[in-house]
Amino acid sequence: MTETTSNRASPDAATQLDIYRRMLRIERNDDFTQQQIRRGRITAPYYSGRGQECIPAAISNLLDDDDKICTIYRGIHDMVAKDMPLKPLWAEIMGKVDGTCKGKGGPMHLTHPETGVMVTTGIVGSSMPIANGFGWASLLDGTKQVTIAYFGDGASNIGAFHESLNLASVWKLPVIFVCANNGYAEHTRFQDGTSVDQISKRAIGYGMPGYTVNGNDPVEMWQYANEAISRARAGEGPTLLECKTFRFCGHLLGDDNKYMSPGELDAAKADDPLPKYRQKLLDEGIATEAQLEDMKAAIEAEVQQAIDFAVESEFPPMDELRRDVFAKEISA
Amino acid sequence: MSTDTIEMKKTNGQQAINEALHEAFEADPKVILLGEDCGDKEGGGVTGVCKGLSTKFGDLRVRSTPIAEQSIMGAAIGAAMAGYKPVAEIMLMNFTTVCMDMIVNHAAKLRFMSGGQSQVPLVIRTLTGAGNQTAGQHADCYEAWFCHTAGIKVVFPTFPGDAKGLMLSAIQDPDPVIFIETGMTLFAPGEMPVNQGPIPLGVANVVVPGNDITIVSYGAQMYRVMMAMEELGKAGISAEVIDLRTISPWDRETVLASAEKTGRLLVVHEAGRNFGPGAEIAATAQEELFGKLKAPVGRLGAPYCAVPFAKKLEDSYLVQPADVVAEAQRLTAMG
Repeated sequence: MTETTSNRASPDAATQLDIYRRMLRIERNDDFTQQQIRRGRITAPYYSGRGQECIPAAISNLLDDDDKICTIYRGIHDMVAKDMPLKPLWAEIMGKVDGTCKGKGGPMHLTHPETGVMVTTGIVGSSMPIANGFGWASLLDGTKQVTIAYFGDGASNIGAFHESLNLASVWKLPVIFVCANNGYAEHTRFQDGTSVDQISKRAIGYGMPGYTVNGNDPVEMWQYANEAISRARAGEGPTLLECKTFRFCGHLLGDDNKYMSPGELDAAKADDPLPKYRQKLLDEGIATEAQLEDMKAAIEAEVQQAIDFAVESEFPPMDELRRDVFAKEISA
Repeated sequence: MSTDTIEMKKTNGQQAINEALHEAFEADPKVILLGEDCGDKEGGGVTGVCKGLSTKFGDLRVRSTPIAEQSIMGAAIGAAMAGYKPVAEIMLMNFTTVCMDMIVNHAAKLRFMSGGQSQVPLVIRTLTGAGNQTAGQHADCYEAWFCHTAGIKVVFPTFPGDAKGLMLSAIQDPDPVIFIETGMTLFAPGEMPVNQGPIPLGVANVVVPGNDITIVSYGAQMYRVMMAMEELGKAGISAEVIDLRTISPWDRETVLASAEKTGRLLVVHEAGRNFGPGAEIAATAQEELFGKLKAPVGRLGAPYCAVPFAKKLEDSYLVQPADVVAEAQRLTAMG
């Protein structure tokens, strides 16, 4: 399915730098998260997106705040790329009342409608049927808004994927199905659980374009995302993007990775897209060393402020158990 | 207000709900609808409840869907979160099983899990009920499942006026509502006020006042309770009959006040007796009225088996009017 990228629009220098900023914000946020887990300040399971930064970074460059994303339990990188503010994000993953969900959703259910983070689901495949609903709403509203449904390669084998692609195609919905194919469905190797060598081939069966993209190449990722998003905004319907990548921290942080081939993880880490892309920006004169260091310092300060905010925040009061069950608070 | 001042008209549940949908669509451009065969081209839904809507309000607001319940519910949830008020038809209640993830994990919980940021104001219309030899996969009353899920309201109307009034309220409710229909409640002839307006969710209705025993029921089963009234009268039993109308949240005040007055309570539903809604009502009654009742709380419901096919088995599976009479007699003989 991979086609030549030469006939596709290319990201300009400012766009390339913006993609890098989003990737770095994800990576720094992830690193600080792992530090806080080691310090015992976060006790929830953590599904790191380390290694997969490029996919949402390139896509988010093309999105506005009122464009929507529906993502999954491994989704914090998708939110950070969408410029979700970090203070309510951190307070939420620490289970505090100032969290974006008042401490009632946690890292698997982060929600921030102001930046378009509409749904984060812990159920594999379930981002897709709901994304279609936002797509239908865009058609009813008559806007150019698009919705991104993020999911993993494992989710391409669940019924919700197939139902959703079919409906999105029949209804020509402005939804982009973005599959981060990181090679493993939990601990099961991609080829041991998937009937096709490329998930993008499944798009044929649903009458929509499907592409397998190097999800670790920011420029290629941006080019295909740009095409898919432009199609959706033009009313031409959905696209399936299979973005090849690798997760550096396994399924769950603390994973022993025994299900991987020896050397597989080390090879992926040696090919880390973030430092490679940084070097590219320097080599091409898109950014200077000083500029990128300033960017990093600013991001780290932002993350540290978010951590301090979250640590200071209180745990939610017990009457939160009665709130938000329904619109009206229920009785004790 | 005396009833003779209200102008009534002959109708049935199907026409009443259809009227509610037309009025809701007319009044609020955010009301939309989707489901299998729901467009007029496909017949306006399996029971014709959606007739006329796609013709009048267009194919973008009223959408026929593929036979794909997860995608139906997902589309309803996303549109609801985007500010619309979708009515999703899941043709049969047994088919909710193939989209339970969307209903239970998402529609019901997104408000809570998002700390109140997400609203999912949708209505799931679904049809069920035994009595037509549709056997084990087309007739189950699974309302208790949904009552056990925090965040979704469960409405099960009996009479046409209630069906219309509760549908109007369900559509404008800020939370997800599952609205259960049956062949009996859609097609039994009845009447309703010409200007039937919204009826609040969570409020039961005393259908027949009485003194000796409180009988609580709803939906198609309510018709079989009403068919027992003559026999009960002959047996000298004055039953107060309450139509629950909304199963969750249920109207504790009305039911408990009546049971305290009569001193006896019998809950009758088509759903399975084990862990059925009657179990919750009976448990609440013993908590709140311990020592005030003259007899144990009675519960009638389906036996612990799948809905059977053979007509004689199916008749026996359902709680019949004679069963209601016998149980009411047993309870009133005590105390």
